[in-house]
Amino acid sequence: MNALVSPLRRWPAQQPLLFLLVAAAAWFGLYQTMMPASEALVAALPVERDSRLGGALQFFFYDTPKVLLLLTGIVFVMGMINSYFTPERTRALLAGRTEGAANVMAASLGIVTPFCSCSAVPLFIGFVQAGVPLGVTFSFLISAPMVNEVALTLLFAMFGWNVALLYLGLGLTVAIVSGWVIGRLKMEAHLEDWVRDMPHASAAVGEDRLGLGERLDAGFASVREIVGKVWPYILGGIAIGAGIHGYVPQDFMASFMGKDAWWAVPLAVVIGVPMYTNAAGIIPVVQALLAKGAALGTVLAFMMSVIALSLPEMIILRKVLKVRLIATFVGVVATGILIVGYVFNAVL
Amino acid sequence: MKEIKVLGTGCASCRNTIMLIEQVAQAKGVAVKLQKVEEPRDIMGYGVMSTPGVVIDGKVVHAGGVPSRDKIEQWLAAA
Repeated sequence: MNALVSPLRRWPAQQPLLFLLVAAAAWFGLYQTMMPASEALVAALPVERDSRLGGALQFFFYDTPKVLLLLTGIVFVMGMINSYFTPERTRALLAGRTEGAANVMAASLGIVTPFCSCSAVPLFIGFVQAGVPLGVTFSFLISAPMVNEVALTLLFAMFGWNVALLYLGLGLTVAIVSGWVIGRLKMEAHLEDWVRDMPHASAAVGEDRLGLGERLDAGFASVREIVGKVWPYILGGIAIGAGIHGYVPQDFMASFMGKDAWWAVPLAVVIGVPMYTNAAGIIPVVQALLAKGAALGTVLAFMMSVIALSLPEMIILRKVLKVRLIATFVGVVATGILIVGYVFNAVL
Repeated sequence: MKEIKVLGTGCASCRNTIMLIEQVAQAKGVAVKLQKVEEPRDIMGYGVMSTPGVVIDGKVVHAGGVPSRDKIEQWLAAA
């Protein structure tokens, strides 16, 4: 570490436990005071509470601080947890296992391993090269972007814990089953030739000796990186959501995104696949759609296909996978998402 | 002169890494030869799984995220 860094910036690293306690107390206090504060703010505005503008403003001012505060807290904690699960360690945990239980493990590790879609290709090759079975690699690759802390936090903030848990469970299920199916299809021949011919790499990892102070740094770094990148999307999403709340008539969405329209789920998936945005931008919009009568299954299917399958990702994957394997990947995952959508609409 | 390679498939973090290294090198007046490595095959040749990665004079010094300014200053200081 640099000796010139001011003592003020260093104290969390020197007293990590104390810092965590103080930060948790401060966060909780802020969270408790923010809700009444934003209520009071909206009440003080010179607009009728029941008017369209009033409804939109209330949604915006109420949800923005709540979401941002929750997100900062959770991303920080996840950043610290992430530092235990580097991609190298995850790979070592998965290498040489047989399919089945390993698919479950891979999908679960996908939640806690830091992942950025730009790393998808090196990660994919690294896994295959170290002897992680193809289907298991796919389970990881499907779950990592889809089931992430940003999506789960937003779902929790806007719909409550039951929808967040449902999304977690279903996302994992899609990842596990899709990976298992791809493994059964024995598509190893459809890797690009140079990937197949690469020498086997060892999955061994060195001992990891990070102290709590360094894990705190990891937490700060991920807040800077993730919250710093995602907040404009959240503001944009909430603003669009607020517009929908205030101005779109009640039950407007029910006609074409409601339960009774059987074609709504496939349509949502077809529209969602080429779209690319992160969870942060899509979820506030989704919440507003739901409030106007769209069915939860349809909306979740749309969300999953937007996040899990994207055109830019396919283009990068084309460098390591032959077209047939990419098509299989998209087909299997899209089918899984379709089933999730229908099941949700039927059950709820 | 240091030969620095940034490994990455062309994402925003990789571009940020390159910009940051350029800035630090300029600020410190260190001459560097900066190069982007974007082909997955070449990236894998360095055994790096999470990008962006940084290679200095043939040795991998960093992987999995934009390096901190402190870290870059250390690399450029160590002659």
